[in-house]
Amino acid sequence: MPSIKQNPAAHRLPDFRNLGVMLRLLLGVNLIALAAALTLAPDLLGWLPRYVELAVWVEPMLLASLLLLALLRDLLWRLPYAAAVVLVLALVALQAALLQDFWRFMGFADGGWAALARGALLAAGTVALMLGYFHLRAGALSPAVAEARLQALTARIRPHFLFNTLNAVLSLIRAEPRRAEQALEELAELFRALMRDHRELVPIADEIALCRQYLGLEKLRLGERLQVEWLIDDLPGELLVPPLLLQPLLENAVYHGIEPAISPGLIRIRLSRRGDELAIDLENPVGNGGAHHAGNRMALANIRERLALYYDLEARLEAKEDGGSYKVHMVLPCRN
Amino acid sequence: MPELKILIVDDEAPARARLRELLGDVAGEVPNRVLGEAGNGLAAIALIEREAPDVVLVDIRMPTMDGIELAQHLAQLERPPAVIFATAYDAYAIKAFDLNAVDYLLKPVRAQRLATALGKARVARPLPTEMLQELQPEGRSHLSCHERGRLLLIPVGEVLYLKADLKYVLARTREREYLLDESLTHLEQEFTQRFIRLHRGVLVAREAIVGFERNGAEDADTHWLALVRDVPEKLPVSRRQWPLVKSYARQLST
Repeated sequence: MPSIKQNPAAHRLPDFRNLGVMLRLLLGVNLIALAAALTLAPDLLGWLPRYVELAVWVEPMLLASLLLLALLRDLLWRLPYAAAVVLVLALVALQAALLQDFWRFMGFADGGWAALARGALLAAGTVALMLGYFHLRAGALSPAVAEARLQALTARIRPHFLFNTLNAVLSLIRAEPRRAEQALEELAELFRALMRDHRELVPIADEIALCRQYLGLEKLRLGERLQVEWLIDDLPGELLVPPLLLQPLLENAVYHGIEPAISPGLIRIRLSRRGDELAIDLENPVGNGGAHHAGNRMALANIRERLALYYDLEARLEAKEDGGSYKVHMVLPCRN
Repeated sequence: MPELKILIVDDEAPARARLRELLGDVAGEVPNRVLGEAGNGLAAIALIEREAPDVVLVDIRMPTMDGIELAQHLAQLERPPAVIFATAYDAYAIKAFDLNAVDYLLKPVRAQRLATALGKARVARPLPTEMLQELQPEGRSHLSCHERGRLLLIPVGEVLYLKADLKYVLARTREREYLLDESLTHLEQEFTQRFIRLHRGVLVAREAIVGFERNGAEDADTHWLALVRDVPEKLPVSRRQWPLVKSYARQLST
């Protein structure tokens, strides 16, 4: 089962197919080019024409390399780290030399061994710098650090919920012992899920089942005040998602949207797949006086950070208040 | 021992049922009778006035009017019932209760603990007002006033302005005026977001100001009058408050 444990290991090349990695490469290489332009320029104002001159060389190189590395990612991952680094450097150097020769062929540049070697060396040097950066970054986000962070971030259920639910179950024991039994069983299952190893991705069907159980328990004490509507567009149940992504959002919706209102409120959850992306939409009424306070912002920031640890820049989370309802929109890449 | 008359206030039906069961269990030790139940503070006040219970068991977190505010209004009654708070988890309130030696129950409630609290309630002192206000940083949702032996509740949102009137405060809504037994200074502190001071003796709801006009009277110490929506009265703006009120009005018009 894929998990963060096997992801950003310090002895591995970065995932060249990840958007965040690509963006960092683009930015990093351009920054180096900018520094070079600044060094080469005769005076401070001369950097822009220099940079444009350099860009003619750098950008095609950069884009071609990104494409190549993305294509070769799986092969590179199978090699030992040192071999993979050497291979990447060699590939980029070769590519630079070929491009240099192509420019000569087009008549834009002089040929000659010296020019070829210089282009190859500069390209390889830049890539070496970038790989060094990724190496350091992976170290900073090493599995141990990232895992500890994930464990700490994984939402803990509100004590408010636990004690109120236990109280509701106690009220059932004499009058409806069967229902009380069932509620306790559900509570046990919910807590088993909450105490699981949170680094593993889980099938989305499991996450949905967990949320239904949670909402069932809330319904026990809130009765008719809690209305829930699920909209699930044909979603493969085995799709993997980070655990406890939806449950804390539902808990917030109940705490801020349903409990402060006297009349029944509807929580609407919609899951849909659009191409390679999974979209999760959540909507709940806003309690009077705009009750979305610090607690809610913290939960959102928390989920955002977890998404970043799992997916870097490829996932996003937005929340907004809109005409009496509060909406959360979350998008994750589908990785199966 | 005379029978304790009890009212249960909680928004969750199972929680009310549980308290009823427990009260039945401890009836041998502390004789008691449940007069009724209410789902929030607002519903509870009417019931309390009619039934005059000895003890009210109050949940803290409830819609419409929470337990803390209910306790503040009950303090206005001539013979207020003893209030015992019950909460599942509210670290902030619990700390305040501990500091002020206020008795409270933690849900799930134990029968023995409930019996002890009821025993103490017979001799309970009124709850400290400052603590209750501190627990409600956003202010009450209603103001209360005594009229012919009845407690009237006025939604804060309906109050257009508040005016000092001898030792009382006059609250004006669209329909009528109410006399409140409170101080204007306290009200100003409690509802800073909602009201703005026009004059030493006048607070006006910010959203109720519709305009200003020059004061015609020559001898007047105030040059400007504020116009308030829905009512004919014009409220004087003191020279000292004018710059502040004016800048607020400018914010509005932009």
